[in-house]
Amino acid sequence: MVLSETEKPLIVTADGGFLPGTHPDLPPPLSVHGPIHWVKVNLFGSITNTVLTLLAVYLIFSIVPPLVEWMFIDAAFEGESRKDCRAVAGGACWAFIGNRLSLFIYGFYPEAERWRVDLSFVLMILALVPLLYEGTPQRGKALIYSCLFPFIAAFFLVGGIGLERVPTDQFGGLMLNVIIGVTGIAFSLPIGIVLALGRQSHLPIVRILCISFIEFIRGVPLITLFFVAAVMLSYFVPPGTNFDLLVRILIMGTLFASGYMAEVIRGGLQAIPKGQYEAADAMGLTYWKSMRKVILPQALKISIPGIVNTFIGLYKDTTLVIVIGRLDILGIGNASLADSKWQGLSTEVYVFVAIFFFISCFSMSRYSLYLEKKLHTGH
Amino acid sequence: MATAERQVGEKRDNSEPNILLKLWRNKDTRSVILQILTIALLFAFLAYIINNAVLNLAALGKTFSFDFLGMPASYDINQRLIEYTSQSTHFRAMLVGLLNTGLVAFFGVITATILGFLFGIIRLSNNWVASRMVYCLIEIIRNVPVLLHILLIHGIIVHVLPSPKKALDLGDSIFLSNRGLTIPDPVFGDGFSYTVIAFFIAIGVIIYFRNWAKKVREATGKIYPVFLISTGILIGLPLLVFLVTGAPLSWVVPELGRFNLKGGVTMIPEFLALWLALSLYTSAFIAEIVRAGILAVNKGQWEASQAVGIKRNRILQLVVIPQALRVIIPPLTSQYLNLTKNSSLAIAIGYMDVVATIGGISMMQTGKEMESMILVMAVYLSISLSISSIMNWYNKRIKLVER
Repeated sequence: MVLSETEKPLIVTADGGFLPGTHPDLPPPLSVHGPIHWVKVNLFGSITNTVLTLLAVYLIFSIVPPLVEWMFIDAAFEGESRKDCRAVAGGACWAFIGNRLSLFIYGFYPEAERWRVDLSFVLMILALVPLLYEGTPQRGKALIYSCLFPFIAAFFLVGGIGLERVPTDQFGGLMLNVIIGVTGIAFSLPIGIVLALGRQSHLPIVRILCISFIEFIRGVPLITLFFVAAVMLSYFVPPGTNFDLLVRILIMGTLFASGYMAEVIRGGLQAIPKGQYEAADAMGLTYWKSMRKVILPQALKISIPGIVNTFIGLYKDTTLVIVIGRLDILGIGNASLADSKWQGLSTEVYVFVAIFFFISCFSMSRYSLYLEKKLHTGH
Repeated sequence: MATAERQVGEKRDNSEPNILLKLWRNKDTRSVILQILTIALLFAFLAYIINNAVLNLAALGKTFSFDFLGMPASYDINQRLIEYTSQSTHFRAMLVGLLNTGLVAFFGVITATILGFLFGIIRLSNNWVASRMVYCLIEIIRNVPVLLHILLIHGIIVHVLPSPKKALDLGDSIFLSNRGLTIPDPVFGDGFSYTVIAFFIAIGVIIYFRNWAKKVREATGKIYPVFLISTGILIGLPLLVFLVTGAPLSWVVPELGRFNLKGGVTMIPEFLALWLALSLYTSAFIAEIVRAGILAVNKGQWEASQAVGIKRNRILQLVVIPQALRVIIPPLTSQYLNLTKNSSLAIAIGYMDVVATIGGISMMQTGKEMESMILVMAVYLSISLSISSIMNWYNKRIKLVER
């Protein structure tokens, strides 16, 4: 240690220490900030840390470059069969996906009518604007449109008055995922609210009914519900009634989502301070009025992240329709693997579908994080 | 409020003597009426659908009975933990399926927990590279449907891995090929049961020792290295018995034959794919739960423990982890349940779990849709309800007791 020259005389006590205020100035520490220090502390602070860093860097270098090479550099984007792809490059054969892109999006929807799907998609985005963006002009009226949207879209997709009817077994691909997801979320929210309120009701019979329904739905896997939709539900309607499979799937998807939705909203309801309930009672509001004007607006606000998460879950689970023979985007991919021209490309198909789901689900979860921050207006 | 309503009701009585209206205006009778109405509606609905079901079954010439469970199933199952041939009954097939579900759920829960805690802790570490890498991994894993994970891993095992003839050799006795993972098969000798008994005795001793150590700690403040001693007993006692009884255990090591692997136990690709996919998918969720749980422990708790002079690892053990667990356990349970329920996706790759056996092939063969679906749902419901009731009990036990 180099002691700097000081004007003050050094006063050293008998045991070699300094009197208070007399210690000479020490040189500044070498580096307490800046990138080198940061790396030292954060990456190589201890033995475990160093090992962890080296391991992570090793993993990144052994996974990322080959992956990038397979996906982009060594990949074939054009061709008519697997042979064409392999002739060009040894990596991924994206030509397969490009060739079948319309199948992935529309399923077997008749080509001449596909504008209806596009139109419904645009209408859906228009319906989402007032829901997601608070500053929409005339938001109240726009929200009425958002509520009507599922029915408008159903009219366009299925057809009817003036439009050619398209049987629902021709629906497929991405379109099917979006239909099941959007229907599930649109109808499960009101059902979920009713179930959550029923679960907290002071009427024992209503409460027991709601609890058993919720526990039942949450206790069985979605695919058994889809199986029920496929093979069992038709037993419960009057003989001779024709009951469309897609409608049955939609009903089951909605019921499934509403069970989870009810629990999310219950969490929101329980987070509202008891004083709010009591204040609403003290104002002389009836039960429904106090719920509508006081409790639910606050409870739903806190539950929004949970609601978005339920939606993400349902959206991912829409891929399960594959087990009852409906071809969603994953099912189409799985089915196209059987094409002898394109054999052995399962990895490409799955990676493509995975990227698609990752982009949509990740952006939704980011949106819910953003909402969570924005709505965090606690006292 | 009820009295006020009653008064209003009584006043109106003079002008309109409608007894129903009077009952409706009274809060207590109204709730009774509402509930009676609910029950009536429910029963009407049930009667309606049951009537429809009876009519439909009659029209198809079917009956509602579980007799088919006793008939021979006459199909094969590719993985069976108990004896099963194609001559066995449908009920036996269901049991085999149930055990397969249990097997994959059991292994899945263990690996998912280990991976999840590992990911969650790395995510919290101040090592920027590792924590970012795990963050990306978690986001990729959990934003992709679990069915896709299963299909992708199954596809890789079946299409990308080499045939058994050129199986990948992992450490000389474990082989990985497109027929699955082959590991040495343990052969238990005569005296091995003593080792098993010793193992259970060791567990009993550990429980007793831990309680005793806790009592001593609370009475005198003396702390024993409980974890080290417990691990020592757990490994040492059975090992000692094992060696004393003459090591009655040998291994049938798989060998590369001309066309196939000989000997050893093979985990079929369907099991491997399901196990890996479910563990990975669930571990991503568990990691977030663990992270949130540890973050939920107030920083003041750390500082307070340091202020009273507790050592760092003791702080974790005595202060932070008990409080974090209180936050972690409930969502962790629901993840375990999710994993078990997601194992039903086995049907997509042909792993014969309870859905694929009784709800799949048995149902198709016998045409007993309603009975099979009821059985499958009853199985899952009872699993879910029993696990959640155990967990509720546990939660109540570790709940914060407020004065």
